[in-house]
Amino acid sequence: MRLLVWLPLLVLALPFTSFLLLAVVAPLRRAGRVAGAVGIAAIAASLGGALLIWNEGFRHTATWAWLPGDGGPMATVGLLVDPLANAMLVLVTLVSFLVQVYSLAYLADEPAPALGRYYTYQSLFAFSMLGLVLSPGFLQMFVFWELVGLCSYLLIGYWYQRPAAARAAVKAFWITKLGDLGFIIGIVMLWAATGTFEFATLFAKAQAHALAIPALGTIMFLIYLGAVGKSAQFPLHVWLPDAMEGPTPVSALIHAATMVTAGVYMVTRAQPLFALVPDVLALIGWVGAFTALLAATMACVENDIKRVLAYSTVSQLGYMMAAAGAGAAEAGFFHLLTHGLFKALLFLGAGAVIHAVGSNDIFRMGGLFRAMPQTGLVFLVGTLALAGVPPLAGFFSKEAVLGGVWAAHMTWPFVMLALTAFLTAFYMFRVVFTAFFGPATAAGHAHEPAWAMRGPLWLLAALTVLLGLRLAAGGGEAHGPAWLAPLSVGLALAGVALAWAMYQRGALDPRRVAAAFPLSVLDALARRRYGLDALYDGLYRGFVLALSRLVGWIDRYLVDGVLNVASAWTLRGGDALRRIQSGVPQDYVFGVAFGVLFLVVWARLWMR
Amino acid sequence: MSLGAYLTLAALVFAIGLFGVLTRRNAVGILLGIELMLNAVNINLVAFARFHGDVAGLVFTLFTIAITVAEVAVGLAIVIVIFRVRRTVDADRLDLLRG
Amino acid sequence: MDALRLPVLSVITWSPFVGALLIMFTARHRPRAVRLIAAVTTGVSLLLSLGIYVAYDREGAGFQFYEKVALVPPLGISYELGVDGISLLLVLLTAIIIFAGVFASWTVKVRSQEFYALLLALVTGVFGVFVSLDLFVLFLFYELAVLPMYLLIGIWGSSGEIRPRGIFAWAYRETGVGTKEYAAMKLTLYLLFGSAFILVGIFALWVHAGAGSFSYLDMETAVFAPGVQRWVFLAFYVGFGVLAGIWPLHTWSPDGHASAPTAVSMLHAGVLMKLGAYGIVRVGMGLLPEGAAELVWLVGTIACVNIVYGALSAMAQTDLKYVIAYSSVSHMGLVLLAAATLTEAGLNGSVFQMFAHGIMTGLFFALVGLVYEKAHSREIGRMGGFGRVMPGVATAFTVGGLSSLGLPATSGFVAELLTFMGAWRSEHRWWLFPAVVGTFLTAVYVLRVTKQIFWGPESPHFRHLEDARGPEWVALVLLVFVLVLFGMAPGLALGPVDTATVPLLARIVGP
Repeated sequence: MRLLVWLPLLVLALPFTSFLLLAVVAPLRRAGRVAGAVGIAAIAASLGGALLIWNEGFRHTATWAWLPGDGGPMATVGLLVDPLANAMLVLVTLVSFLVQVYSLAYLADEPAPALGRYYTYQSLFAFSMLGLVLSPGFLQMFVFWELVGLCSYLLIGYWYQRPAAARAAVKAFWITKLGDLGFIIGIVMLWAATGTFEFATLFAKAQAHALAIPALGTIMFLIYLGAVGKSAQFPLHVWLPDAMEGPTPVSALIHAATMVTAGVYMVTRAQPLFALVPDVLALIGWVGAFTALLAATMACVENDIKRVLAYSTVSQLGYMMAAAGAGAAEAGFFHLLTHGLFKALLFLGAGAVIHAVGSNDIFRMGGLFRAMPQTGLVFLVGTLALAGVPPLAGFFSKEAVLGGVWAAHMTWPFVMLALTAFLTAFYMFRVVFTAFFGPATAAGHAHEPAWAMRGPLWLLAALTVLLGLRLAAGGGEAHGPAWLAPLSVGLALAGVALAWAMYQRGALDPRRVAAAFPLSVLDALARRRYGLDALYDGLYRGFVLALSRLVGWIDRYLVDGVLNVASAWTLRGGDALRRIQSGVPQDYVFGVAFGVLFLVVWARLWMR
Repeated sequence: MSLGAYLTLAALVFAIGLFGVLTRRNAVGILLGIELMLNAVNINLVAFARFHGDVAGLVFTLFTIAITVAEVAVGLAIVIVIFRVRRTVDADRLDLLRG
Repeated sequence: MDALRLPVLSVITWSPFVGALLIMFTARHRPRAVRLIAAVTTGVSLLLSLGIYVAYDREGAGFQFYEKVALVPPLGISYELGVDGISLLLVLLTAIIIFAGVFASWTVKVRSQEFYALLLALVTGVFGVFVSLDLFVLFLFYELAVLPMYLLIGIWGSSGEIRPRGIFAWAYRETGVGTKEYAAMKLTLYLLFGSAFILVGIFALWVHAGAGSFSYLDMETAVFAPGVQRWVFLAFYVGFGVLAGIWPLHTWSPDGHASAPTAVSMLHAGVLMKLGAYGIVRVGMGLLPEGAAELVWLVGTIACVNIVYGALSAMAQTDLKYVIAYSSVSHMGLVLLAAATLTEAGLNGSVFQMFAHGIMTGLFFALVGLVYEKAHSREIGRMGGFGRVMPGVATAFTVGGLSSLGLPATSGFVAELLTFMGAWRSEHRWWLFPAVVGTFLTAVYVLRVTKQIFWGPESPHFRHLEDARGPEWVALVLLVFVLVLFGMAPGLALGPVDTATVPLLARIVGP
C-alpha cells in the first residue's frame, strides 16, 4: 500500500523525466531512434503503474502548496486518484504507449533529429495528459489543459516547413485558446467566490448546498467554454479537422483518444457542480447533440480519410457531451473510454493505409482489403465498433448514451443523436467500401506495414472485441427502454446498407443522391463546412487584423503624431527665434535701447 | 541754469551717441558713439553732484573717465585685431555670432 | 551574510560601476579584457543577489541588509540601503538580465570599451534605485540609470525607416523619425520629463513630512493630508509612469527599444520599465496610501488601455523589434493593472509580472539581436523558415513567446493568473476582461510572428545562417531556465514578495 501512494506520482514523473532527458541532453535527442526507445520505455513503465493502480482500485488525494498568499497557500497542486482517474490513466498510458511504438515504424524515414524532437513532444504530452487526469483542482487542470494544448500545437506543426501544417497548428492553438479564455475567467470567478480551486472542497460545499453563488450559472458556463474549445464542440470545432496536418499517430493519440476528450473528462469530473445549474447542463446536452449531427453530415462529404475520422471524432465527442448534459456523465465517460480504443485503432489503421498508398484520398484507394488483409480486418473491427454494431464495445457505450439522453427527456437531442448513429454507420462504411473493397486503383503496390505498426493495431482491435464481449457477457445493464437496442442496431445497419448500396453495389449514384433537393442544399453547406471556417477567417482578417492595423496606424501617426508636432513646433520656434540673433552688435544695442524705453514708458503709465 | 537743462543736454548727448552706435557701420564710429553715451552719463553725474552737494558724483565721474579711457584702448585694440583678421571693420559683416 | 559583515547591497550596486571604471582605465584596446571584466563584475552582482535571495529572512520580513551613511545631515540626505521582498526579486532580475546582457552583446565591435563602461554604469543606477531607501539618493540613481541611455542608443543604435503619413506627415519629415538619434532624443526627453515630476513629488513629500529627512522609513511614518496625497501620487504616477510606458506617454518605448543595441534593449525593456512600475508601487503606493486608494481607478483604467492597445499595436508591426517593444507596452499594462487591483493576489502578480516580463523580454531582445546580427533584417515579412537553420534560437523564442501569452509552466502564466485573480477581487471587476482579451491578442501576434519567422519553408536567402554560439548560449539558457523554473515553482519568488505586499496593502486598504 505504501508503494501505491507513490505510484501515481511515479506514473506522472516517468514521462516527465523522459521529456527532460530528451529536451536537455541534445545528443540523446538527435540520436532519433534511441530517443524513441527512451520515450517508449518511460511510457511503458507508466502503463504498468497505471494498470497496477487501476487493478487495485486505488483512491488517494495529496496536495502541496503552490502559490503562497491569503494566509495559507492561495493555490495548491497535487494528485487525485479515484476510479475516474484510474480508468483514464490506463487509457492515456495505453494509447500513448501503442502510438509511440507505432510511430517508430511510421516515422522511420524521418531524419534522426526530427524523430528525437517528435519523441520529446510525445513524452511531454504523456506527462501533461496524465497531469490533467490526476488534477485535484481546476487550477492544476487548467495548467495541464494548456500544456496538452501546447503539445497539440507542437505536434500538429511537427512538419513545420509545410505551410498548411504551420497554419493548422496556429489555428488549433487560437481556437482552443478562445475557449480557454472562458475557462480561466470561470475558475477565477469561482475562486473569488469560494476561495479555492480544489474539487474536494468545492464538491463538499456543493453537496452541503453551501455553494450559494449568484453567478454560478455564468461561472459553470464559462468553465464549459473551455471544454467547447478542447473537445471541439460547435462552434469551436473547426480546428480539429485541420489538425489532421499532423502525423497520423499524433491524430490517433491527441486528436482522437486523449486530449480532445479532456473536455468531456472535465465536465464529468465537475459533475457535482454542473448538476447545480440545470440550464447549463441542458445547454451542454443540446450543443453536444447538435455537434454530433453537424459533424456527421460533414463527414459524409469528406474524401480525406483522416478528415472523415476527425469529423467522426467531433461527432462522437458530441455524443459524450450530450450524455454529460443529460446528467448521464458515466455513460459519456464510458463512451469516452471505448471510443478512445476504437478511434485510435481507426486512426492507426488509416495511418497504415496512408503509409502504404501515399495519399489521404479515399477515392484513390480501393481494393485494399486484398493487399493488406490484416489492416483491413482491424479497420473493419474499428468501423463496426464506431457504427455501434453489437457485440463490440462501441455498441454498449453508444446505447448507454442514447439511453441516458432519453431518460433525461431530451427528445430532440435524442433524435439528433439517433440520426447521427445512422450517419455514422453510413460514412464509415462509405470509407470502408471505397477504400478496402471495390475495384483496386493505384494501390497495387500496397503492402502490410511493419510489425511495430501491426502490433498496436491488433492489440487495439483485440481490446475492442474483448471489452465488447465482456460487456455482452455481463448482460449489459439495461440503459434505456427495451426498444432502444433494436433501434440503434437498426439505424446502424440501415446506414451500412445505404453505404453498401451507394458505394459497393452502385445501385444508387452518390452524385444523384446528393443532387436531390433537400440533400443538395445540405451537401453544399456541408462541403463548405457550414461557412464557419470562412466566418472565423473573416473575423480574424476583417476584424482583429483590421483593428490592429487601425490601432497601429493611430499609434504611429496620431498619438505619436501629436508628439512629433510638438517637437517640430519646438524646432521651428527655435529656428524662428534664431533669426533674432543676427550677430550684428548694433541690432543688440537697438534691442536693449528699445527694451529700456519700453520699460520706462510701461513703468510710467501702468505702474502707479 | 537749472538741473533740467543739464539733464536735457545729457539726454541729447546720450541720444546722439546711441544714434551713432546704431547707425554707424564703421567699428571706430561705433566706439565714438559709445564714448558720447558715457560722457552723457558723466554730465549727469557732475550735474547731480553740483546740485545735491554730494562729492560722490565727482568721484564716480573720475572713475568713469578712467574706465572710458581703458575701454577705448581695449575697444580700439579689438577693432585693430578684427581688421587684421577680417580685413574689414564693417559692423554688418562682423556677424560671427549670428544664430 | 551577517557573519561576513559585508555591505552586500553596496557591493551589488557598485560592482558594475567599478567594472566600468576598470574598463575605461585598464582595458583600452583589449576587447577580451573588456568582456571579462564586465562578466566578472556583473557575475559578482549576480552571485551576491542570489546570496541575499537565499539569506533573506522570510519570517522577519521588512527591510533587510540595511546600510546607512549620512551624506548631508542638515537636509536629511543619507546613503541608506535595504531590500524587502519586492526589491529583492527585482535586484535578482536586474542581476540576471545584465549578466545575460553582457553575454548577448559579446559581438559588439565598435567602441566596445565605452559601450560596456556605459552599460555597467547604467546598471549601477538600476541597482541603486531598487535598493535605495533614501528618496534623494534614489533619484540620483534614477538619473544615472536614464542618462547613459542617450549615448548607448545614439552611438550603438540602429536606425529604421518610418514613412511620414497622415495629417502630421510634415512633422515626421522635420523631426527625423526613425533614426537612432531621434529615438535616443525622444527617449531621453521623455524620461527627463518624467523625472521632473518625480523630483517635484519627492520635494513635496520632504516639505510636507516636515521631518527634515529624505528617508523612506521616516516618510512612511509621516501623515500627509489627503489633498497632498492626491496630487503627489498623481505626480509620481505620471513621472514613474512615463518610464513604465503608460498610455499615451509610451511612444518612446517602441522607437527607443527598436533602435537600441541588444543589451540596451534587454536592460531597458527588461529592467528599466520595471523601475517605473516599482516607483509607482514603492514610492507612490507605499508613501501615499490614501492618494493611491483614491486614484487606482485611473491607474487601472489606463493600464487596461495599455494592455489591449499595446497588443493590437504589436500585431500591426512589421519590424520584429517593434513587435517586442509594443508587447512590452502591453505587458507593462498588466503590471500596473495588477498593482491597481489593491489585492494581495494582484500585488503579488504585479511584482511577479515585473520579474517574469523582465526575463521574457530580455530573452526576446537577446534573440532578436541574434537574428538581426545573422540575417541583417528585422522585417518579419522577409524572414521565414529559420527554424531549420537555427533550432536553438527558435526554441528559445518559442519558450519566450509562450511565456508572454501566459502558457502554464512558464512565469508568464503565474503572473497573469494572479492578475486575473486580483482583478476579479478588486473593486473594478471589469478589469478582468481587458486583461484576458490582452492575453488572447498576445497569443495571436506571438504565434503569428513565430510561425512567420521560424516555421514555413526555408528561404534560399537565409540558408547560411547559424544557430547561437558559445557566449550567446549562456544568455539564452540562463533566461529560459529562469523563465521555466519560476513558472513551475512560483513559490520561490512569491514567498518573499508576499511578505512585502501584505504590509503594503494593509497600509492602503487596512488589514
